[in-house]
Amino acid sequence: MKKLELGNILIHDVQFSNEGSKVENGVLYVNKEEICKIALEDENIASCEVFLARPGESVRITPVKDVIEPRVKVEGKGGIFPGWIAKVDTVGEGRTHVLKGAAVVTTGKIVGFQEGIIDMSGPGADYTPFSKTYNVVVKMEPVEGLKQHEHEYALRIAGFKIACFLGELGRNVTPDEVKTYEFDNIVESAAKYPNLPRVAYVQMLQSQGLLHDTYVYGVDAKKTLTTIITPTEVMDGAIVSGNCVSSCDKNPTYVHMNNPVVTDLFEQHGKTLNFVGMIITNENVYLADKERSSNWSAKLAKYLGCDGVIISQEGFGNPDTDLIMNTKKIEAEGIKTVIITDEYAGRDGKSQSLADADPSADAVVTGGNANQVIVLPPMETVYGHLEFVDTIAGGSANNIDAHGNITVEIQAITGATNETGFNYLSAR
Amino acid sequence: MSKIRVVQYINQFFAQIGGEEKADIPAELREGPVGPGLALNQAWGDEAEVVATIICGDSYFNENLEKAQAEVLEMVKSQNPDMFIAGPAFNAGRYGVACGTIAKAVQDNLNIPVLTGMYEENPGADMFKKDVYIVATKNSAAGMRDAIKKMAPLALKLARHEAIGASCEEGYMPNGVRVNLFEKERGSARAVKMLIAKLNGKPFTTEFPMPTFDRVAPNPAVKDMAHATVALCTSGGIVPLGNPDHIESSSASHYGEYDITGVMDLDAAHWATAHGGYDPVYANEDADRVLPVDILREMEKEGRIGKLHNKFYTTVGNGTAVASSKAFAAEYAQKLKADGVDCVIMTST
Repeated sequence: MKKLELGNILIHDVQFSNEGSKVENGVLYVNKEEICKIALEDENIASCEVFLARPGESVRITPVKDVIEPRVKVEGKGGIFPGWIAKVDTVGEGRTHVLKGAAVVTTGKIVGFQEGIIDMSGPGADYTPFSKTYNVVVKMEPVEGLKQHEHEYALRIAGFKIACFLGELGRNVTPDEVKTYEFDNIVESAAKYPNLPRVAYVQMLQSQGLLHDTYVYGVDAKKTLTTIITPTEVMDGAIVSGNCVSSCDKNPTYVHMNNPVVTDLFEQHGKTLNFVGMIITNENVYLADKERSSNWSAKLAKYLGCDGVIISQEGFGNPDTDLIMNTKKIEAEGIKTVIITDEYAGRDGKSQSLADADPSADAVVTGGNANQVIVLPPMETVYGHLEFVDTIAGGSANNIDAHGNITVEIQAITGATNETGFNYLSAR
Repeated sequence: MSKIRVVQYINQFFAQIGGEEKADIPAELREGPVGPGLALNQAWGDEAEVVATIICGDSYFNENLEKAQAEVLEMVKSQNPDMFIAGPAFNAGRYGVACGTIAKAVQDNLNIPVLTGMYEENPGADMFKKDVYIVATKNSAAGMRDAIKKMAPLALKLARHEAIGASCEEGYMPNGVRVNLFEKERGSARAVKMLIAKLNGKPFTTEFPMPTFDRVAPNPAVKDMAHATVALCTSGGIVPLGNPDHIESSSASHYGEYDITGVMDLDAAHWATAHGGYDPVYANEDADRVLPVDILREMEKEGRIGKLHNKFYTTVGNGTAVASSKAFAAEYAQKLKADGVDCVIMTST
């Protein structure tokens, strides 16, 4: 049996400090110089600034590169973000401390045309889960001439390093609550819960390439075969985001670490179902890859003896075909599916929502219509670069009026229609 | 603020005139509420009122459709209302069809917001739920209270031209227009619940019913291309310069049929695209890039195909409904068949 304890240190404020960064009485104190020093270790990063954004403040963060939760491994093998920050030891056992309520948000001129918005108050705040976290905003600019993919890499790694630095501050803090996740091997769980339906989680990882990428233990997901991972591994950062596009339905690293399908299946494990494992598969653009990966999803679901699976998608359009292939092939094995997706039904909601469909996909949870238009009123403070909001996905030319109101589709808002079911938005 | 003026349409039964034996009574206009209108007025209080009720027999309406519709429209118009309500019709089939028909007619002709209500299996529901807001009611008049509870607030919102929420929030039947809402539970929790229901054979409701995609199995390959008549068709909008048939640049309402007898090459002086969904520069420079007449002529000369059909069919795929596309092709496929065409090359953009 595998066991991971998550010790949550509940953070209810974030403050700057001229002394060393620390966690004290639920407050995260951040020393700017310490953060910047970490960022500037990379010769590709030319400048770094640190800001704090709290729920309810008149603050807009854009363009958002990634959102990361500070965690630290205090017991057990390996460390957070294996393959990036820690070595590649298998993680997911022992004890991990979490600065619950805090997040690192990376921003900068990151491939400017492709990033998301987080509003800490106002109507936009309702649509992003990260208006509720105490955010350490790290704005980093690259050295001149850096290629986009190198720029993405530099910011991604800097974000992980900073999150790990902050997570480390919680190593010796007594957590406010400890959640225990126990995971049996398939023989043990079959013996323990002979009468419960066997359920797996099939997570589709964005891997279309060209800044639509996800990494597993440091490996680019588009170069992987569909495989099995234990659900506690993701809690230690085994899967991370390398995405830069349409932020409404791409998973920031924070979502991978807090994958809600994993937690909600654990919640039911041993009660209404037997959570037997997690299958990760990719969303490559070539037909042979799509066929192979979905064949393997179905094969592994059958191999685990599943009665049912939940399939979550990441992205839209091209991956709709992967979603439908996975669903059709898994249903064809006699395994019941529920899928989580989102919709692009047009601004008027009247167009076809998905690029592919099949009658076997008869149980769908939707994260909502990403084309819905929203007007975001001006914020007192903008961290990042507002000049990109007309060119990010979901924006359009001249979408800021004389009063500073921004008209965008909600696809521009980080996490708005998240397809792991991390958010509350839906559509009918 | 003055009260919202509502006109309501009901049948002979709900006006307490009689049942089937009175179903042939013609349309009549009465002042004030009758039957269900009393309950609506009560629900609305000071905000709205049924100022007039139109009563019409179900047989009369359905058997004299055009005449009855015109009469009812005239009556509605005479009251100059802010809102029109038909029914609720519950599971009464002809009443439901009448409610849907007249509600749509009022909406389309008088430009007044409308609302009706009926049971989901009422034939009027499938016929009209995409055209007008229909509140889902129980299957008999015993569900009147429940129906009024849903219809009264929705009618106010419609009359005030307020934003209408998702079908599950407002109580109307899903009408194909996707509307966002915030759920009480996050998506993953809803997915787990749905899976448990599905595994246990319990009922569950998908949040997105899959559309039926029409998949066409390809015909067997043409064995003898050297003697085949090949036609070119396109949704890329290639038309004679000037677009003589005015095919729309988006959401096309028709297709064009053009003669290419003796045309060896679609040059810029005579051909262009009508399509509004892509950069037209390269298609206008050389329309063969979308409709490859030049290459087909070469193949014809080389004997690789029998001949190129002397007509091509064209429309604009941009924003054009699947239903329209299907209707166009069903029509010109018959023409192609009649002309002895063996195969078609269909090009997109």
